Amino acid sequence: MADALPKTPMLDELEKGPWPSFVKEIKMAAKRSPMSKDLLGLLEQSYNEKIGHWKHGGIVGVMGYGGGIIGRYTDLPEKYPGVSHFHTMRINQPAGWYYTSDILRKICDIWEKRGSGLTNMHGSTGDIILLGTRTEELEPIFKELGELDFDLGGSGSDVRTPSCCCGMSRCEWACYDTMAVTYDLTQTFQDELHRPAFPYKFKFKMSGCPNDCVASIARSDMSIIGTWRDEIQIDQDAVREYADKGMNIMRDVVGNCPSKCMDFDGKEISIENSYCVRCMHCINVMPKALRPGKDRGATILLGSKAPIVEGALLSSVIIPFIKMEPPYQEIKDMVERIWDLWCEEGKARERVGEFIQRVGMGNFLEECEIDIVPEMVAHPRENPYVFYEEFYEEDDGDDEEEG
Amino acid sequence: MKTVDEIADAMFKMVSDATGLKKLKPTDLSKAMIETFGDDCDKKLCKAAIRELVNSGKLVYTYFGGSFLELPHREGAAND
Ligand code: SF4
Ligand code: SF4
Repeated sequence: MADALPKTPMLDELEKGPWPSFVKEIKMAAKRSPMSKDLLGLLEQSYNEKIGHWKHGGIVGVMGYGGGIIGRYTDLPEKYPGVSHFHTMRINQPAGWYYTSDILRKICDIWEKRGSGLTNMHGSTGDIILLGTRTEELEPIFKELGELDFDLGGSGSDVRTPSCCCGMSRCEWACYDTMAVTYDLTQTFQDELHRPAFPYKFKFKMSGCPNDCVASIARSDMSIIGTWRDEIQIDQDAVREYADKGMNIMRDVVGNCPSKCMDFDGKEISIENSYCVRCMHCINVMPKALRPGKDRGATILLGSKAPIVEGALLSSVIIPFIKMEPPYQEIKDMVERIWDLWCEEGKARERVGEFIQRVGMGNFLEECEIDIVPEMVAHPRENPYVFYEEFYEEDDGDDEEEG
Repeated sequence: MKTVDEIADAMFKMVSDATGLKKLKPTDLSKAMIETFGDDCDKKLCKAAIRELVNSGKLVYTYFGGSFLELPHREGAAND
């Protein structure tokens, strides 16, 4: 059947070079799937014309759910009947993306039978993305995936599928159990995940330490990043071993500390921990000698997003340190307060970070009953949003005006 | 306090009346219910009513740049 594939000179360009190619993958799938074959033809036409040929299917879904399916139809159904319907399904991935090969085969079997066979492991939110199926296949797929204990993920104006780094399951730097928190939040907020009721999407991402392997600080509305509040653990013998083996500790470790809070006297490293910003640099460079402290928890940040409707934002610190202990009630209560305010006052398609920019961080924190603390301020006198009322005398403003 | 069914009926009427005129978001419905019924209604009740309407198939979620609740219908973009 390979010779029956459409001619695709434009797409073929994307097969060149040493990197993986989605064109190569679609061609492989096209040998077995008419849907993938027509996808090739449609894409080639789009590349030639510089026009997209997809229509948005806004009503496509499974019974009872408002998220998890992204409806697509082509506007050339007669020419490419295989992609007349080409809906995407987002499937909630297991925390940390752990699978058995057996379960992956079963998911792929379902998808080859009922969809295009094309997958994207994983989407930017973290879900398993199954690309291309027909409306009448959605309910059977949902049922069959349910029998494997898989559920749909989020899409639309809802909680998007929470995701995390592998945390304590594999990584010695994890300061809390990211997978447990991810599982817990996913279960707690099932209603918000499947039944969109927000002004726009809301993403949770959990990283076990400030290395932030899931880029939560840039890509989630709420970032929960592991940290510690005591002193970095130092093994001075291991420090000397690094030095003996030729590491230039002054240049590569001390010299790159962003808060300049380290020193090395040729034998021992010393750290002024009150100035350490927990960036992980020194620990990453000398993993045998340095470790995060023992009093561990997380920093909670709010408001990042990729540039879709407005520009990109990074998260801001709202809780500098919190112990991460089940059932994480303090966090859940805070999340509910944030959602209440955002749902009440947020505009359509306004992410929580944009909402904060509009109403002002000070007002936002006050309305959400979040205490203002100095750790929220990146640099003294640079952040305009914090207003310490208890240090403000009524006359201060008048004096300034008069003066 | 109103019952889930009473709130669901009021929400359904609101969506039916708005069909063809305005797409309503779940929060539009909840806000309207709380405004109409005051202390006899709260957010939890509204959530339960929406769940009932959607699970019974009387309303469906739709997505057009934001998520809405609508009467089930065949959308213009659909192919056979
Ligand atoms: S974020 Fe930290 S804890 Fe998580 S995998 Fe990366 S290095 Fe390990
Ligand atoms: S973690 Fe970063 S800020 Fe802290 S001592 Fe190490 S390099 Fe410096």
